[in-house]
Amino acid sequence: MEIRHKVLLVDDDPDLLEVYRETIAMLPSGPEIHTASSGARALAMLEKDAYRLIVSDLKMPKMDGLQLLSVVRRKYPELRTVVLTSVVDEQFRSRVYALGVDLYWHKPGSEQEMTQFLECMESLLGREYEGGFRGVQSKSLVDLVQLECISQSSAVLRITNGPFTGRIWVNTGEVVDAETEELRGEDAFQKILRWRAGNFEFLPAEPHRPRTIFKSYNALLLETAQAIDELDHAETSQQFPGQPFQSGSTGLTELAQTEGVEFVLKMVAETKIDSRGLENPERIAGWTFQSINRFRALGETLQAGTLEQITGLGLQRNVAAAQKGGTNLCVGWKTDLDAGAIRDQMKKILTLWAS
Amino acid sequence: MGFLTSWFKSSKPLLQLHSGSFSMDRTGRILATTLPSSFPRNLVQTIGQCIALTFQEAHTAQLPLEELIVYYPGLKITAREMRGGAIVFLSTPNSSEPTHKTS
Repeated sequence: MEIRHKVLLVDDDPDLLEVYRETIAMLPSGPEIHTASSGARALAMLEKDAYRLIVSDLKMPKMDGLQLLSVVRRKYPELRTVVLTSVVDEQFRSRVYALGVDLYWHKPGSEQEMTQFLECMESLLGREYEGGFRGVQSKSLVDLVQLECISQSSAVLRITNGPFTGRIWVNTGEVVDAETEELRGEDAFQKILRWRAGNFEFLPAEPHRPRTIFKSYNALLLETAQAIDELDHAETSQQFPGQPFQSGSTGLTELAQTEGVEFVLKMVAETKIDSRGLENPERIAGWTFQSINRFRALGETLQAGTLEQITGLGLQRNVAAAQKGGTNLCVGWKTDLDAGAIRDQMKKILTLWAS
Repeated sequence: MGFLTSWFKSSKPLLQLHSGSFSMDRTGRILATTLPSSFPRNLVQTIGQCIALTFQEAHTAQLPLEELIVYYPGLKITAREMRGGAIVFLSTPNSSEPTHKTS
């Protein structure tokens, strides 16, 4: 049986809601349409039911569309979001996209615009949310390499994962070399295959690339899969709910070895703390927890989007704090790094952490 | 498609973010500001209080800070500590960076 996706329409004008309802109900997939006349009502409905897509106006009394979508993006990251508005202002368009909204659309003014809008809506309703690599979202990198090798292809796979870039050279069905950051060969291959999401592209083959990997692709993939399994197992056992963090967690130690880092501290709640390079982490943990919560709330009040990072510069120590996947991270940086360098390095740290 | 004209309506304006700066004393009281008067005063106050508290708590945590930078997709807040108070710069992505130097 075909699934009917649920769509939530939000606007303070009941007449417009009715127009939305009738228009969007015409989509070929026949979604189930629900309506809310305020941001608060929409949030209450999202609490109760699982929706596929939310379409919101921007100008609404009390809680406006930016405030609503700011909360929605944080609480329901998998929910598809559309802004349908008459606001013609480039700043608002930028801010809406900065929130991570899928589509910003001016209210259609012609039949052609209406048709285009409905096509976009249908496309958003049909798109699956999955992790993985953009373009082949149901495939892992292991699958991609395997496909290239089985088909005896020659190509260079260029993979990007946030600020990191890696390349894997495949010549006539064999993996001959890999490279990322300072790593080369099998180490680089294993590191790249540990990335769980990103983008990839196929570049023209380089048949004369010097060979650094001599194992068969089967053996190489098997060893890599085992290494990933072991890493996953270690992470699972560290993060078992209700258990304190174990010392010696590989993730944190790896982060602490990043260039320029003096200490790393992670915390799930104010009391669940783990750190490297700090003798008394509780004080800095308290500051991190309070600051992240305070500036997250400020971001919502100002409708400026989700807090990305807080950087503090001092004579004795520089720090940067951010939240990723429900975990607060605070990293101490050497004082010779300026704010721009800290921001760039912190992005790398957060990408590593997510990987 | 005649109903399309009814899709447009007037309502309260959305909060417009601006680039500009303000200074405040150690209690979080705003002393001077270059932000337009259309930007709500209570929000300037709220930003100031967040900054003041964060500097104070950092000091208590034995992490004395001279400068604080907070990044959002739609706004960057840069605050420089000044004898207990602070000067705070707001910059939106479409504006040029505020003209101040980082030590």
